[in-house]
Amino acid sequence: MRKGATVMTALGIALTVTIVIFIMALLAGLRDAFATTGEPNNVLVLRKGSNSELAAGGVEREAMQVLRDLPGLARDAKGENLVSGEDILVIVLPRKDGTGETNVTIRFLSPTGLEMRPKVKIVAGRWFTPGQREIVVSRSINHRFAKTNIGDTMFFGKGNWTVVGVFDSGGSAHESEIWADINQLAADLDRTQYSSVLMQARDPVNAQGLKNRVSDDQRLKLNGMLETEYYAQQTSTGGPIKVVGWFVAVVMGIGSIFAAMNTMYAAVAYRAREIATLRVIGFSRPSILTSFVLESLLLALLGALVGIVLMLPFNGMTTGTSNPVTFSEAVFSLRMTPGVIWLAMIFAIIMGTLGGLAPAWHASRREILASLRD
Amino acid sequence: MTLTRFVTKNAFRNKRRSALTVVSIAFSLLLLTFMITVWRAFYIDQGSAESAQRLITRNKVSLVFWLPSYYREKIRALPGVKNVVNESWFGGQYKDQKPENMFMQFGTDPQEFFEVFKDLHITPDQLVAWQKDRSGCVVDAELAKKHGWKLGDRLFIKGLIFPMNLELNVRGIFTSPQPTQSIYFNHVYIDEGFPALKGRVGFYGVLADSPENVPKVAQEIDEQFHNVERPTKTESEHAFQLGWIAMMGNVKAFILSICLAVVFAILLVSANTMAMSIRERTREVALLKTLGFTRGRVLLLFVSEAVSLALLGGLIGTLGAAGFIRLAAHAPGISFFLAGVSVGAPTMLVSLFVAAIVGFVSAFLPAYHASQLNIVEGLRHIG
Repeated sequence: MRKGATVMTALGIALTVTIVIFIMALLAGLRDAFATTGEPNNVLVLRKGSNSELAAGGVEREAMQVLRDLPGLARDAKGENLVSGEDILVIVLPRKDGTGETNVTIRFLSPTGLEMRPKVKIVAGRWFTPGQREIVVSRSINHRFAKTNIGDTMFFGKGNWTVVGVFDSGGSAHESEIWADINQLAADLDRTQYSSVLMQARDPVNAQGLKNRVSDDQRLKLNGMLETEYYAQQTSTGGPIKVVGWFVAVVMGIGSIFAAMNTMYAAVAYRAREIATLRVIGFSRPSILTSFVLESLLLALLGALVGIVLMLPFNGMTTGTSNPVTFSEAVFSLRMTPGVIWLAMIFAIIMGTLGGLAPAWHASRREILASLRD
Repeated sequence: MTLTRFVTKNAFRNKRRSALTVVSIAFSLLLLTFMITVWRAFYIDQGSAESAQRLITRNKVSLVFWLPSYYREKIRALPGVKNVVNESWFGGQYKDQKPENMFMQFGTDPQEFFEVFKDLHITPDQLVAWQKDRSGCVVDAELAKKHGWKLGDRLFIKGLIFPMNLELNVRGIFTSPQPTQSIYFNHVYIDEGFPALKGRVGFYGVLADSPENVPKVAQEIDEQFHNVERPTKTESEHAFQLGWIAMMGNVKAFILSICLAVVFAILLVSANTMAMSIRERTREVALLKTLGFTRGRVLLLFVSEAVSLALLGGLIGTLGAAGFIRLAAHAPGISFFLAGVSVGAPTMLVSLFVAAIVGFVSAFLPAYHASQLNIVEGLRHIG
């Protein structure tokens, strides 16, 4: 009969641990996506005062000429400096699972821009042809949104754009994007400026130099930053998940602590005579205390184990949330990293210790004679 | 001794166990009440009667694409449309990036803004003052209170999206049934500060002549701007807001799964306690039956004991949630989501109902076993 109570308490702890893992895995996935985006040699240039590629007004064509000729830039096979003028737009697409529509980022760039992101590879179809209304979608977008298969079209600018390929971004933030030709966009929307410019330096030292040079040049009114820094700042996307998630985890954790306490008190009461006998044999109070705390810990760790196993099937599941920097969906996957597992274990250990301490203390304090007589 | 008294006495015979159970259930129900409240605020609350009459017209491709300003008069000419006002989201920064300094700024037309947003109230003289000052703004009363703004104050807003900054004079403070977290200024300011955007509008707020006409008006507007370079998408204000929530991700599934986990957790806790306490009383049950208590009576006794414990926990939990939400609505970081949200009586009732059901289910099986017990067996039981 006592087994039943133990199993139920462990299950309660398992539920709490499941929620902790779920939330931490979401945040770890988000962090991963943004941390793996960007090359250390790349410098992103935005208009001064703006913190998003989505901002209006950006880099004028004249400023672009200046940027193109800066020293320290890497060159491509044809000997041209690696500088890519880009733009970002947001369009609404319907989700495949029928949960409504959401904003999706489209990045417009040139073939040079493609060359500067070697991690992004085409997995189906082909890249867009410059000068055509063609787009290439990421594998995640292709999975999550309706009307994004090769051959489908979507309307924006002055006409319909056809999907001609699917790319894999290697788990980076580009997984949330659709890519298309920048010059076609400029023609469609009569744009004379780029919203951002990506430059590739020869090495990280030159990248730092380029960044400072762009930011310090008063004529340009531009701001340079490392591409990696720009994406790292977008980890703030997980803010709401973090706040709500921790709130839920802590409240459920406290509930579980009280439940564990209940079970442990019952165990102590049930074994009152046993404890007294142990004391008579010569076990000290501290060792009784430790044994009950350890028992409670074992219970919590058992729960944690069940929780971890329960969450395993969800590892790698992709989902999305809104990115406050681009106002569109950031696609990411749940990642049960070792760090996440550790955190869940620590959470369980805290629950087990707090739940077991008071009953264990009571057990060690009981009068031997009174207990034996019970 | 009456039956009720018997049940209460029994419920608290082991004070520590009952207290721990009640507290544990209370925490779980706090969470459940919180989640139901958020669900209601997001998906069920319809807003004020005036908001049911409003529509939002945006560029069909997405909010990021602008609409021409001449659409306004074309929309106004459609049957069923009473008022139309332009709005442009400025996306600026007040002071710094801290979440407590976050609010929205919209450029709009002071002449017609309060005609469309009739549920926002402002005194006539403040309205006139705003209409006269091209760099004036009106601010939400809650925001004004939070930041200590008074009439005549100057607000400096740094443009993040637009390459221009705003220097606004507070000319009016409006009240709203739901906190708007917004300030409104004259759209002319953007037109002049960033001429590249002249003649461009973010979206339109449209007031229909009746709530019934809302779907018809939406259809008319979108048909009017169908085969053009900048097609529109018009939806009710409520649907528009739901779109923002949908962007956060699969919120519905998230809330539902947490609610399920919570309910299951309380079920476990409650069942555990009841199993323990009933097992302890096997001999008593036999005694009660010897005294002439029927099986049904015994069952009833135990079940009502569990239900009252669960209800007590539920009551503490829901009240705790109400208090928590009141506090959190003013805390930085989450206040953006919880502004104007409160735990209503229906939500509390739902939570208590869930608690009662859980109490009932958790006690039924052990209590049923106890009631079926053979008297002689029970008396011989050593617990």
